[in-house]
Amino acid sequence: MVRAIAILIGAGFVAVLSWALFWSVEGLITEPPAATAVAEFHLHPKEVALASNGLLGTYDNRQLQRGLQVYKEVCSNCHSLKHVAFRDLTQIGYSAAQVKKFAADWGTKAKQFDPKSGDTTERPNTPADYFPTVYYPGQGNPPDLSLITKARHDGPAYVYSLLTGYGEPPAAMLKKYPDAKTPDGLYFNQYFATLNLAMPPPLAQDGQVTYLDGTKPTVKQMSADVSAFLAWAAEPNLPTRHGYGLAVLAFLAFFTLLTYGAYKNIWRDIKH
Amino acid sequence: MSFPWAKHYAPSNGFTKWIDERLPLPRLVYGAVGAGYPVPRNLNYFWNFGVLAGAALGIQIITGIVLAMHYAANGGVAFDSVEHIMRDVNAGWFLRYAHANGASMFFIVVYIHIFRGLFYGSYKAPREMIWLLGVTIFLLMMATAFMGYVLPWGQMSFWGAQVITGFFSAIPVVGETIRIWLLGGFAPDDAALNRFFSLHYLLPFVIAGVIILHIWALHIPGSNNPTGVDVKGEQDTVPFHPYYTAKDGFGLGVFLFIFAALVFFAPNALGHPDNYIPANGLQTPAHIVPEWYFWPFYAILRAFTVDFLFIPAKLLGVLAMFGSILLLFFLPWLDSSPVRSSNYRPLYRIFFWLLVADIAVLGWCGGSPAEPIYVILSQICAAYYFAHFLIILPIVSRMERPQPLPNSITEAVLAKKGGTSPAHTALSGSPVPAE
Ligand code: HEC
Ligand code: HEM
Repeated sequence: MVRAIAILIGAGFVAVLSWALFWSVEGLITEPPAATAVAEFHLHPKEVALASNGLLGTYDNRQLQRGLQVYKEVCSNCHSLKHVAFRDLTQIGYSAAQVKKFAADWGTKAKQFDPKSGDTTERPNTPADYFPTVYYPGQGNPPDLSLITKARHDGPAYVYSLLTGYGEPPAAMLKKYPDAKTPDGLYFNQYFATLNLAMPPPLAQDGQVTYLDGTKPTVKQMSADVSAFLAWAAEPNLPTRHGYGLAVLAFLAFFTLLTYGAYKNIWRDIKH
Repeated sequence: MSFPWAKHYAPSNGFTKWIDERLPLPRLVYGAVGAGYPVPRNLNYFWNFGVLAGAALGIQIITGIVLAMHYAANGGVAFDSVEHIMRDVNAGWFLRYAHANGASMFFIVVYIHIFRGLFYGSYKAPREMIWLLGVTIFLLMMATAFMGYVLPWGQMSFWGAQVITGFFSAIPVVGETIRIWLLGGFAPDDAALNRFFSLHYLLPFVIAGVIILHIWALHIPGSNNPTGVDVKGEQDTVPFHPYYTAKDGFGLGVFLFIFAALVFFAPNALGHPDNYIPANGLQTPAHIVPEWYFWPFYAILRAFTVDFLFIPAKLLGVLAMFGSILLLFFLPWLDSSPVRSSNYRPLYRIFFWLLVADIAVLGWCGGSPAEPIYVILSQICAAYYFAHFLIILPIVSRMERPQPLPNSITEAVLAKKGGTSPAHTALSGSPVPAE
């Protein structure tokens, strides 16, 4: 009885699915999915050599400091970094005194509410404050950058590719897909999911910042530096994690060997 | 408890005797997972996965309780509180990565455990109750993992909750009302987040309770084994402790090694990047996909693309998706073959491996965007899935001619390994003297 009912229900599911399959195949034949400019011209991130790449990756503090400078002088005009506190900057090689000064000098001041007068006043940032909110009046919504490298596939490489990936739409593309013309106010970038984004090329020419350590500030260099910095901002514990990871795996390998020895020893006389 | 030759607990000193007379808990443990539980001597490594599933649950509960001390279930701060755990709580990143990857490890282990049961016929008489409780645990796990994934309140959390609770709106007439009632609003928000947190904290303990029943039911007939042949005598078994505690210890080592490799070196490999974007009800992600362990079922859901007679496609998809799991409850009665182990079932064995491949393809389709080619593959594979359990299995178990079974476990072992006459007990000459 159970089996007879089951076979009936099974036949029902198979029938419905065959019916759906028929229409899917029919649809595929009569209306094959149209080729799109995005499918053809969107590019995967290009590789960028960062110290944090790979299973044993760690951070290069000098590069992170340069990246912080790019963030401060360029990106922070539009993008916030709200999960990072000024105090966290001690992790990338600054002293407590340097961080204190850096926070106090930050352009956007901290807001403070005075309960006596009901007014909102401003005070300089302290190391305990987080990077302040950024209000952006232009077109588009610049996302907060504190997690951006984890919120995109292949994050650091993606940010690098995006920053160095602006250009003119290829003539071949416009010929084949006239509708793919970049709309007014947007910028063409083959690494962006829809090929056009609202962010104007933020790093357009060499020398946009002046590095204190003498590194040559080419567009590629600045892009790599800020990508490295954002990778740190998203995952500050990476070096600790990799360090502990090695120790834990070494211990577990040893532990597993011991348990294997115990297992074989206990079972040595038993055929199984 | 199960076999007459099972060893009995004997308190060794005054204190344990005192305990035993008042609360015989040590006796219970001794009989359940100690020397008092005789287990077939021929179990292979696939029998490690039950204990590993228990370990995975333990890890989820411990990491989860500590996470809950720092997490805040409120739409305005949930995402930030998880980031606070990641950045500011001592070893918070470790707890959170261990919990998130622990869920994946839990499902890997449980899937292997389930396929073990399918291959060796562990769901058949007299073990039906163990199987029914197992399927119940699987359902509870899915509910727990789904609600846990909502808690970090990222884009996939929010839209996953939206899609899954949307299933209920497929119910005719009252569906939308039920959905709103379940969510406590028109869309996932504080009310939903809070009740999901409450249930996410509760269900693992319900799972722990059902696991106790699962093991209790197991101890009535005792463990199945790779031959599927019943235990005939003392020579067929060894005591759980130290034999299988030692073997499980080794299995646990391998499990922890793989788990740690994930947590420390690839903690986001199994997650979706979109969940690092805070929930935003106004912006739908390009592709809404659940966690990998739900992909096969998600593919079945999406395979139903056209209405059938008067039934809307969405309702069919939801029915099929739940049906694909619920049909497991009927498995013991769908398969009428008296032979348990697929090692002796030449025909069923082929279909078993086809099913494994079928589910793998379903998983691949479920994780891919809903493009025509994946939809077509899902439709073929979903049809095979239902056909396997509901049509092929009942018919194959009728017509198949099984290969000859060994007379006993010991005979099978000795035939494979060579050696002395089967009359010897498994334990002769071993460090633990047989009684
Ligand atoms: C003039 C303002 C402005 C500046 C300066 C700026 N951005 Fe942007 N950025 C935007 C806007 C607007 C968007 C949103 C684009 C969209 O979604 O179309 C954006 C988006 C992004 C994105 C996300 C792209 C995606 O995949 O969604 C990244 C990454 C990014 N910016 C990085 C940077 C970095 C790094 C800098 C500094 C080198 C920078 N931006 C400087 C305005 C700016
Ligand atoms: C059956 C066992 C369990 C499973 C399968 C499970 C699964 C999950 C999953 C998939 C997540 C989302 C992870 C992420 O991406 O961040 C999560 C989060 C969470 N879980 Fe669990 N969990 C279990 C047990 C528990 C228990 C027992 C508790 C508490 C007592 C708990 C507390 C939490 C908390 C506070 C979060 C949110 C923090 C975070 O997102 O990391 N979990 N769980």
